[in-house]
Amino acid sequence: MTDTLLFRGIDEPGLNTIDVYERRGGYKQLKQAFATPRDKLIAQLTESGLRGRGGAGFLMGTKASFIPHGNMQKYVVCNADESEPGTFKDRELIQKNPHQLIEGVIIAAYAIDASISYIYIRGEYDQQADILDAAIEEARQRGLLGENILGSGFNLQLELFRGAGAYICGEETGMLDSLEGKRGNPRLKPPFPANLGLFQGPTLINNVETLSTLPHIVELGAASYAAIGVKDSAGTKLVSVSGNVERPGNYEVELGTSSREIIYTMAGGPIDGRAIKCWFPGGSSVPVLTADDLDVSYDYDSIEAAGSMLASGAIIVVDETQSVVELAYKLAKFYAHESCGKCTPCREGTTWTLNMIERIKAGTATPMDLEIMASVQEQIIGNCLCPLGDAMAEPIGSLIAKFRPEFEAEIEANRAAREQQLVSEFASAEVAIEGVSG
Amino acid sequence: MSDGVAKVLRFTHNSRIPGWDRAADLDKAPAVVPEPATTELPAELRAAIEDGVRRFPEGDSAFIPALYAVQQQYGWCSPEGIEQAAAVLGRTPAALSAVATFYDMFRMEPFGRKTVYVCTNISCSLCGADELLEALEQRLGDEPDVHLRGFECLGACDIAPMASVNGVYVGPIPLDEVDELSRQVVAGEDPLPARQLLRRPCADSKAAGE
Repeated sequence: MTDTLLFRGIDEPGLNTIDVYERRGGYKQLKQAFATPRDKLIAQLTESGLRGRGGAGFLMGTKASFIPHGNMQKYVVCNADESEPGTFKDRELIQKNPHQLIEGVIIAAYAIDASISYIYIRGEYDQQADILDAAIEEARQRGLLGENILGSGFNLQLELFRGAGAYICGEETGMLDSLEGKRGNPRLKPPFPANLGLFQGPTLINNVETLSTLPHIVELGAASYAAIGVKDSAGTKLVSVSGNVERPGNYEVELGTSSREIIYTMAGGPIDGRAIKCWFPGGSSVPVLTADDLDVSYDYDSIEAAGSMLASGAIIVVDETQSVVELAYKLAKFYAHESCGKCTPCREGTTWTLNMIERIKAGTATPMDLEIMASVQEQIIGNCLCPLGDAMAEPIGSLIAKFRPEFEAEIEANRAAREQQLVSEFASAEVAIEGVSG
Repeated sequence: MSDGVAKVLRFTHNSRIPGWDRAADLDKAPAVVPEPATTELPAELRAAIEDGVRRFPEGDSAFIPALYAVQQQYGWCSPEGIEQAAAVLGRTPAALSAVATFYDMFRMEPFGRKTVYVCTNISCSLCGADELLEALEQRLGDEPDVHLRGFECLGACDIAPMASVNGVYVGPIPLDEVDELSRQVVAGEDPLPARQLLRRPCADSKAAGE
């Protein structure tokens, strides 16, 4: 295992202040980046093989190279909306090492020649936003933001924007609409934000973890960074492990570490030695994997080959004592609540899936409901502007596919229980009627 | 939803929307931008909204900061507050309330000012969030100044089951500390100081060293 990068010395007291960060070598990489020509810097980012850590896993340098050249107003927006259930890595980075993120934002803005940048943080992260706000102010006072940064002639404004509670604003175009002061509805793509993004200007959007990695790539050099990890999955990844495990929390792992090692050795595995029923490798929006997949290497391509996605890198472990119907219910409830309502397959699909699971729980479902539910999931996938509908359809579809007997048993058990209840209610009503007539 | 079938209110022609078939009142004047000179508003609210405009000068970006300022001033996004913000921003009140209704954290009705959000999403519910919410509801449900609700993932699955008390993340909250937490919420004290997220070290042991 290589050394930690993003989490290096993360618990050092005062790391959130500029003095401690600079003492640890912070903002040195910025000077180095300013000394590099823009196209060379972007080429370095591409060579490093850094893939976006927000979910899609797109090559960061390639995305930056899509930004057109020219004199138009360009923007960098850092996505700190982190609302994916199970994900909490960005929170720890912002809270404990905000300057690492700010340095990354400045490097990214310099690379694409943007003079305005925003960090869009979710409104619930109130304490973290206060810390980041203070850090931005510190950076501004040291002349690291504003006009002619470090004598390079490069100008950059950075503002922190607080969202107000909407999962969909983590989707990049929904976030742009929210940042423009609108309801956070996703936009039709193309045009992609790289061409027409915020206020119709070319916009580079990256996740907190991606941008926080940039100073390390500049420090190590593209080749050394690319050497960490495995083929097509370079670098280290922050993994948020939660659910039924002994030691939930964020772990920085080299991509390509075995999933079993992350779940069992690092996070301690399920409590009381229970078995794992299923686990989500990348937040609640990806197909579930089972205990059979625990030896899969934790990198983008291997997880995809196993039938799921690494996405935001949040492992949610579900142990054998949990009910899959309850799990599906929680998932459907969340996505039905958070669907913005713009696209019909998602708006209706999430709501009807929730209705059907409620019927299963109430004992009024028939085995046919399960078929309908599975087919609804297939009809959502790929038919909306943004992946929110897919985010429900993928895990629920995979739960039905992998745990069908358990769904069927639950439908039957709840139906029998309801029948029993109706019979006893009917019997007591009859007794009452007999009592009146007799 | 006891039998699992949602009861839906139905109106004319079996529609779910009341009054859809009533003709629009074409004589009614459209809502206008409130007159900035005659709309009175508290000085601190004006300062907060103008600060938002200074920081986010482009387009309508200052809407969400302005709504936060209104909520801070009145405890909720009251029609009065929205009207005042609209006057400062030079937009119609409808433009602002259309945005406010989209977001979970803006309250369109008056609620208690002390907010307790309990995360009930997957990771937290695997660790007993439903029981936690129920226990808190028993103790805080009738408190007039407390706004208690279940919330979607708050991004703190490592301290599940958790709650955000006036923006302060606390967890994991065992059921036997719910009494103490409820008392602190009502009294306005610091919630369970030993269990606050900001004091929690990183789980990754490698990260602690150099």
